[in-house]
Amino acid sequence: MRLARHLPVTTLAAAVAVAGQAQAQTEITVATVNNNDMVIMQSLTDAFEQAHPDITLDWVVLEENVLRQRMTTDIATGGGQFDVMTIGTYEVPIWAERGWLEPLDSLPDDYNEDDLLASVRDGLSLDGTLHALPFYAESSMMYYRTDLFEQAGIEMPEQPTWVQVRDWAEQLHGSEEGLAGICLRGKPGWGENMAFVSTLVNTFGGRWFDEQWNPELNSEAWNNAISFYVDLLSNYGPPGASSNGFNENLALFSRGNCAMWVDATSAAGKLYDESESDVAGTLGFAPAPIAETPKGSHWLWSWALAIPASSEHKEAAQEFITWATSEEYIELVGETNGWTSVPPGTRESTYANEQYTSAAPFAGFVLNAIKEADPTDSSLEPNPYVGVQFVGIPEFQSIGTQVGQTIAAALTGDTSVEQALDSAQRATERTMQRAGYIER
Amino acid sequence: MHSCACPAQGRRCWWFSQVFLAGIYMNRTRTSGRTVGGLRTLSLQAPAVTLLLLWMIVPLGMTIWFSFQRYNLLMPEMTGFAGLENYEYLLTDPALWSAMGTTLLLVGWVLVITVVGGTLLAVLFQQDFAVRGIARVLAISPFFVMPTVSALVWKNMMMHPSNGVLAWLAQSLGLPALDWFSSLPLTSIIIIVSWQWLPFALLILLTAMQSLDEDQVEAARMDGAGPLAIFFFITLPHLKRAISVVIMIEMIFLLTIFAEIFVTTSGGPGLATTNLAYLIYIQALLDFDVGMASAGGVIAIILANIVAIFLVRMVAKNLED
Amino acid sequence: MTTHHNSAPAHTRSLPIRQLVLTLLGWSIALIIFFPILWMVLTGFKTETAAIADPSFIFSPTLESYQAVQARSGYARFALNSVAVAFGSTLLALLIAIPSAYAMAFLPTKRTKGTLLWMLSTKMLPPVGVLVPIYLIFRDVGLLDTRTGLIIIYTLMNLPIVVWMLYTFFKDMPKDILEAGRMDGASTLQEVFFLLLPLTLPGIASTGLLSVILSWNEAFWSLNLTSSKAAPLTAYIASFSSPEGLFWAKLSAASTMAIAPILILGWMTQKQMVRGLTFGAVK
Repeated sequence: MRLARHLPVTTLAAAVAVAGQAQAQTEITVATVNNNDMVIMQSLTDAFEQAHPDITLDWVVLEENVLRQRMTTDIATGGGQFDVMTIGTYEVPIWAERGWLEPLDSLPDDYNEDDLLASVRDGLSLDGTLHALPFYAESSMMYYRTDLFEQAGIEMPEQPTWVQVRDWAEQLHGSEEGLAGICLRGKPGWGENMAFVSTLVNTFGGRWFDEQWNPELNSEAWNNAISFYVDLLSNYGPPGASSNGFNENLALFSRGNCAMWVDATSAAGKLYDESESDVAGTLGFAPAPIAETPKGSHWLWSWALAIPASSEHKEAAQEFITWATSEEYIELVGETNGWTSVPPGTRESTYANEQYTSAAPFAGFVLNAIKEADPTDSSLEPNPYVGVQFVGIPEFQSIGTQVGQTIAAALTGDTSVEQALDSAQRATERTMQRAGYIER
Repeated sequence: MHSCACPAQGRRCWWFSQVFLAGIYMNRTRTSGRTVGGLRTLSLQAPAVTLLLLWMIVPLGMTIWFSFQRYNLLMPEMTGFAGLENYEYLLTDPALWSAMGTTLLLVGWVLVITVVGGTLLAVLFQQDFAVRGIARVLAISPFFVMPTVSALVWKNMMMHPSNGVLAWLAQSLGLPALDWFSSLPLTSIIIIVSWQWLPFALLILLTAMQSLDEDQVEAARMDGAGPLAIFFFITLPHLKRAISVVIMIEMIFLLTIFAEIFVTTSGGPGLATTNLAYLIYIQALLDFDVGMASAGGVIAIILANIVAIFLVRMVAKNLED
Repeated sequence: MTTHHNSAPAHTRSLPIRQLVLTLLGWSIALIIFFPILWMVLTGFKTETAAIADPSFIFSPTLESYQAVQARSGYARFALNSVAVAFGSTLLALLIAIPSAYAMAFLPTKRTKGTLLWMLSTKMLPPVGVLVPIYLIFRDVGLLDTRTGLIIIYTLMNLPIVVWMLYTFFKDMPKDILEAGRMDGASTLQEVFFLLLPLTLPGIASTGLLSVILSWNEAFWSLNLTSSKAAPLTAYIASFSSPEGLFWAKLSAASTMAIAPILILGWMTQKQMVRGLTFGAVK
């Protein structure tokens, strides 16, 4: 009797308690880099929070190197500071192998996994299961000034070669005040100059390691590639090339100081934007040049969102990352920020979308470049590693930066190419021996 | 992951070494005057000393412990006692001597520029001139800016060979623009760091000048002493203690300069701007090899102690009265 | 007892040429030193493309970069963290250091110099070497991403320097005044508060200012030990350094906003730092 009288009240109380729980805010911490596309993602926080009222986002935005160090320290020590991490195709396989990332095997059906571009998807999976969702992807290609080429009577073929590029650079260098024939990365760093140099070496027929993990840095192919690079950039490049990274070259090209530039496809949107670039109207695109082989001539990189295994809010995190990498998100960005700012390179549907392809004439190039880049088959001779512009082993950050330093020294003329490659070879051998890949 | 497993043995061992080191320092002390109320002194110093002791023992102890271990964040299965392996790897690095040399060059030059410049500027700003208060703040301002931002400003806006201010200046004078970071990388870094630290020296020296007895200066002037004589025989001796402090403190910071190099040259071209801290970063931290990073830290401490002993010898007299 | 007086002796004040030369020299040097910062502040008012164009004082100023910076992350939250951490650690360091420096300056023992040098040696460990141990400790104690954690680290980092500098300025104090006070019957506490601190205020002000600046600009621990809640302005600025895109105008704008509080603090303290002292009264 008593119970029955109290039942409505207790039911009400229970209902309120349950409702209170459901309304309890889950706060997730998202760590990300400071690229344009991520900035846009941050600006659409309200849209996300409205669609998911029980989740609030806390952003940590840092510079790439600092971010990587911060995230690695945290994830390796189980610090649990982040719920979503923005990492790349370099980290994902390594971290997934160590069980630090949450496998994403229970994605909602409407996420449409098959829509993701195959090469990008493979780069973010371990044993066929995605461990991170691609936010945007890029490859590399060549940008050139159509007006200068027209003036000089040069016609860009469908697939330029490096030999041709050298001739054009010679022709165009200095034809205008402050104009460099070609701009290329020179700043030391495994993700800076070595990203470009690796692709150059690949297409000249070289590779980082042979199948037994012996480094091949003083091989003939490397020698040819680096001599070519040093010759090209010191004769026909801009001043200060050895400390120019992506940003510096972007600035130079936007101001009209370069006739040609081979670098990331993600620069296309910025170069095409009239408010940020002086050369938007005279911009031409071409595939990255090749030499001995087209393999590995252009890179593949994707920034992706992953959930650390140490996170305490995995469900909310998954809701966020599926939202941020979905077709609907891409549409949202297209509508609010314009179609040239849409995160590129992740889904087939983006490239089937007419609104995108009409606003971004470079879309076709980018799609081809991404599809053709194969990290598992990136050099003329077979190699034991995954990655086009990097080697997917943990030691590569250190190796790549050291080699990058020696190549920058060759570029400034402080050492000869042979000397630089010899010391690069020794340094790499040392690191590989210590890590146990090869015997002393 | 790895819990801190400092063996009791290891900690005691380290504690003894600390006392030993302190003993060395103490034995070089000459008895400096009367000893007054030892207990009172102790109680006043206790908080500072205790805290710093704790700060030393725990992280430093862990560092020394890790330096003898195989501990790589990215390879959790790699554990075990490594003995002197980490040290051996670092000490046989062909780049090590170059890095040490670069470190000493960097520290030496910046010390010279900031101390000499700071002293001269302190004398200047002590004089009375129009609105010197604002001028003083302006002269001190480089120290307020974050080192990474300073380095970026210098690299991209001042020293850039195409669109930097220095290039523009050179061109207006008809000279070719200098490519600072390619041809003079270490010099460029020295310039940037000196610019950052000159205000520090200026601030301390200027403050120390405040306690200079003006009547003494007046008296000397009345006796016919010129400004140079006053500078060398009155001002400079008065500033000796402050100069020693500036040297000691700057040395500590300059030995581990990292941010400026990281942001401008990434240690290159070649090894031109790689100092010990940057070398440790490349060899150890980039690999997340905690064992090696710890070993590198210990090597850096030893180097710092050696430099400090030299400086102390040169400067020690000025610490006492 | 102590009087202020102008630091330029009377008889030279009448020479206008000397004044002119000094003013010109002083101001040109100050401006040359300040120039890069001035340039940075100006760049904050340019668009990104103007920022990378040829250097020029003539440009159409815009608040575009400031707007972009504001829209992005809450400046206020970062600034609050910076203020709390910098001032908290400085206050704590001063509280601990003043008694210590007093003891070492006025009650020296055989151990004094050794202790001083030992304190400085605690700073010789490069932070890069000790990152992981500290991270592990903080993780276990729950101090990750807290202001308290940062304050503790900064206090410990700055303590040796604060002690050294206070020691130096205390030592420069002529003992006669303190002796005179003691002979007049002042107790130690009175001695400290009414004689020592006022007389060494310039020294304490500079020391405090330096400690605040060191904590304000410290960019290793502040980035590695915080994530979202306790991140100070250094993280704010780091978020504008972009690997892929033009960012100098925004970075300049963000930096200007970051140094503005310190610049004001510096201006306020420099008045404290330049009081003339005379000891003629004692004689």
